[in-house]
Amino acid sequence: MDLLLPPLFPDLLLDLLSMALLIGGVFLGISGAVGVIRFPDFYTRVHAAGVTDTLSAGMILAGLMLQAGFTLVTVKLAFILLFLWLTSPVASHALARAATHTGAKPVTATSGEPSSSN
Amino acid sequence: MFAATAIGILVVMALALARAFLGPTICDRILAVNMFGTKTVLLIAVYGFLTGRPDFLDIAITYALINFIGVIAVLKFVEGLADSERQPRPDEF
Repeated sequence: MDLLLPPLFPDLLLDLLSMALLIGGVFLGISGAVGVIRFPDFYTRVHAAGVTDTLSAGMILAGLMLQAGFTLVTVKLAFILLFLWLTSPVASHALARAATHTGAKPVTATSGEPSSSN
Repeated sequence: MFAATAIGILVVMALALARAFLGPTICDRILAVNMFGTKTVLLIAVYGFLTGRPDFLDIAITYALINFIGVIAVLKFVEGLADSERQPRPDEF
């Protein structure tokens, strides 16, 4: 089996894998951002923003980690990733809580009319 | 490859800014600014890799910390704003 693989097997695979991760992260980010633009009311937008904050950031940082290999840079990237994964849900929760207090009404099937026209 | 990622992240930041300007309620704007800040963290990290300078990651860590604190502070202010002008609901007493 290993005869078939090109000699520079680990570097080629790492580059391809990190490229795939980076492209996937950017794709998720753009789809989340389009969701933030197009969704009818505030609560659906919080969901769309949550997608970009966690998974898209995770894939992009994982792609960078593969490029960095086992160095201090990877430890810093892991810390950023861990910090983003812990704090962005907290921020989204605080945001939704503040929105309910300031009276943002979710768009339900009955109400139909979006609470914010855009 | 990093340049393409950086351009992709810039597109996401532009869309987030568009929501910040469009956003009817104040919480939409805070949401957009929070998303913009998180993407700035990623942009700094990718740009650090693009120019081959690993010390950019310290800036990215600092910015992630500050962005989170800023969003929580603004939300506390917004909630205080809402509490002051809102009549206390009967079930609160």
